[in-house]
Amino acid sequence: MLFLFPPTHVDKVQSPRPQNHSRGPWHPSREQFLPPSPLSSVPPPPSFPPPPQPGVPARLPALLARREEDMEAQELPCVLIDCIGGKHGVYEDHAEFLKERFCLITMKEYLENKNFLGKKIRAIYMWYHKPVINEELLQSLPNLKIVASSGVGIDHLDLSLLSSYGVKVSNTPFIVSTDTADLGMALMLASSRRLVEGHQMAISPDTEYFPADWLGAEVSGATLGIIGMGTIGYKVAERAKAFEMKILYHNRKQRNKEEERAVGATYCKKIDDLLQQADFVMLVVNLTPQTHKLIGKRELQLMKPTAILINISRGLVVDQDALVEALQNKVIKAAALDVTYPEPLPRDHPLLKLKNVIITPHIGSATVKTRHLMKENMTESIQAGLAGLPIPNEVLL
Amino acid sequence: MKVKPKIMKGEELPGLLVNEIGGMHGILHDHVEFLKKHFCLITMKEFLENKKNMSKKVQAVYLWWHKPVIDKDLLQSLPNLKVIANSGVGMDHLDLKLVASFGVKMANAPCAVSSSTADTGMALLLASARRLVEGYHVAVSPGMEYCEADFLGVEVTGATLGIIGMGSIGYKIALRAKAFEMKILYHNRTRRKEQEEQAVGALYCEKIDDLLCQADFVMVVVSLTPQTHKLIGKREMELMKPTATLINISRGAVVDQEALVIALRSGVIRAAALDVTYPEPLPRDHPLLKLKNVIITPHLGIKTDKATRMITEEAVENILAALAGLPMPSEVHPS
Repeated sequence: MLFLFPPTHVDKVQSPRPQNHSRGPWHPSREQFLPPSPLSSVPPPPSFPPPPQPGVPARLPALLARREEDMEAQELPCVLIDCIGGKHGVYEDHAEFLKERFCLITMKEYLENKNFLGKKIRAIYMWYHKPVINEELLQSLPNLKIVASSGVGIDHLDLSLLSSYGVKVSNTPFIVSTDTADLGMALMLASSRRLVEGHQMAISPDTEYFPADWLGAEVSGATLGIIGMGTIGYKVAERAKAFEMKILYHNRKQRNKEEERAVGATYCKKIDDLLQQADFVMLVVNLTPQTHKLIGKRELQLMKPTAILINISRGLVVDQDALVEALQNKVIKAAALDVTYPEPLPRDHPLLKLKNVIITPHIGSATVKTRHLMKENMTESIQAGLAGLPIPNEVLL
Repeated sequence: MKVKPKIMKGEELPGLLVNEIGGMHGILHDHVEFLKKHFCLITMKEFLENKKNMSKKVQAVYLWWHKPVIDKDLLQSLPNLKVIANSGVGMDHLDLKLVASFGVKMANAPCAVSSSTADTGMALLLASARRLVEGYHVAVSPGMEYCEADFLGVEVTGATLGIIGMGSIGYKIALRAKAFEMKILYHNRTRRKEQEEQAVGALYCEKIDDLLCQADFVMVVVSLTPQTHKLIGKREMELMKPTATLINISRGAVVDQEALVIALRSGVIRAAALDVTYPEPLPRDHPLLKLKNVIITPHLGIKTDKATRMITEEAVENILAALAGLPMPSEVHPS
């Protein structure tokens, strides 16, 4: 199976600003996340116990007993992760960093020794939406205090359920914003200028010349309709303004006048007004019951036949079947999707075959730097949660 | 400046020579009606079949994708030729001195191209940084060729962009890059005014080396001249960071292509994105076509409905001005 990527860009459900405390390392501005990391002042604990003596097969209970002593001696809190490496695991280099601060327990290790390890686990480090958290797991982790989820979207978590078990939740909202806005712009430009098709033509063994009448559509000066003007949507607007785009936006609430003026954005209270005028429609909402299938057959038909749909939110915000039909019948011109439902799509899905569709494998926040920062954020949240201190980037019900 | 042709009743429209209509390098069908309002269109085929009659009629040539080729023979056979209008802004395919020696004026189309070419530059920068084309193949591939879990790109926001060639296109790129909070360095024959620099937060690098050492993205936006031929070669690429990306939206010959292949293969630079190559298209067995860290696009620079239409409008304005003996909006002189 192709891999999944972590949730990216969507605004937190509540409290758009992080908790305000004097510690301050989780300020939303970018610079504050650059080294020196607040964690660099915390010396890594002594290295993990040495492996068993060669030639002496260590029986599992004995191994675990030794581990238990070491865990207590070193006071490394136990954190559950899905796995290390592979298609959707914690990266090897990230795991090294985490092991200096936590006792990492993989799902495999946990399942092999539920009774013993269940009591030890005090936090879950969710990477690429894994491990999946359900009631059964919560019941078996009596000392679980906090779940740190990578990315900003939390539609994969049952917040009420977690709250009922007294478990706190954190995400990584602000650090994903610029990367995700950048990807939205990348998809808009790539789609309108037919970059992927063009690349295929440029390298295809059958190409003899580049036809003069092979054209794309202009981005500069066109009209961009942003649906969802949260942190990420606003950053998209800032970027689009430099392309002299006319910006319309639709949001649960209108932004204040200064914010609108700064990016030259016009509020469309009715989504229909935006859909009818936009050359590009970009979806930047979070997934909620209200935004589920927000863009369906009706909305697609309201769009211009020359319009392009860009989705960097969640696959379920778009009615995929309606989208396929709209693209096949030229109801809209093209689509560019960083997110689908499911991810990845089944290999025989019609979206994979359409020439006027660009799909990327949920890479909204997929840069080296941002993933590094996510890891640091999540570590801070777990440490604060376990110390009973205010949790940076806590997601409130 | 709109110039209306003074056509007397019974008089013919001035003859405009074009390579062909439609086809590989022909004038776009959509533009024909507009051109026919002002000119009598003569294709190269018609001209060659009937040189005697046609040659005196041709007062202007409209080059589309560098065709028809302007050489001494052609210039000699067009005694009434007054002006050659070029689609696009690059004039490296024309012998400017030769044309001027026949008393023929020349014009390009700078206004129409700058926005769409700047957009192409940004599109390539973003696509390369975020590995968009590779990602597409991962997302749609029937087999599971890609298995890397950590499919990561590099950040654009906050990175350093080095613009080599700060003309009107380069400046529009700076305007766009500024919105991505990029730090902008530039190298140019002449330094821009302070206000212009401040408006985009650009720092001048008198030495190209200073730009190359610092930039995360190097964007080449120069015109092709003898001075810029192979401007980016082995030495320049070795000065670049190993994490840097080279983007070329100028002319293929500005980059030493062989050196580029070696640099990309050996990790001297991270990746390249090329809208232009030499030749276009590249031979089908060229190593650049096979490298994973290269995006090549088929000279998309101005390939939009809007830009092409504006180019033709700009060309017509220049031609009509020249024929009326008036100042041309974008005349090009041999330097």
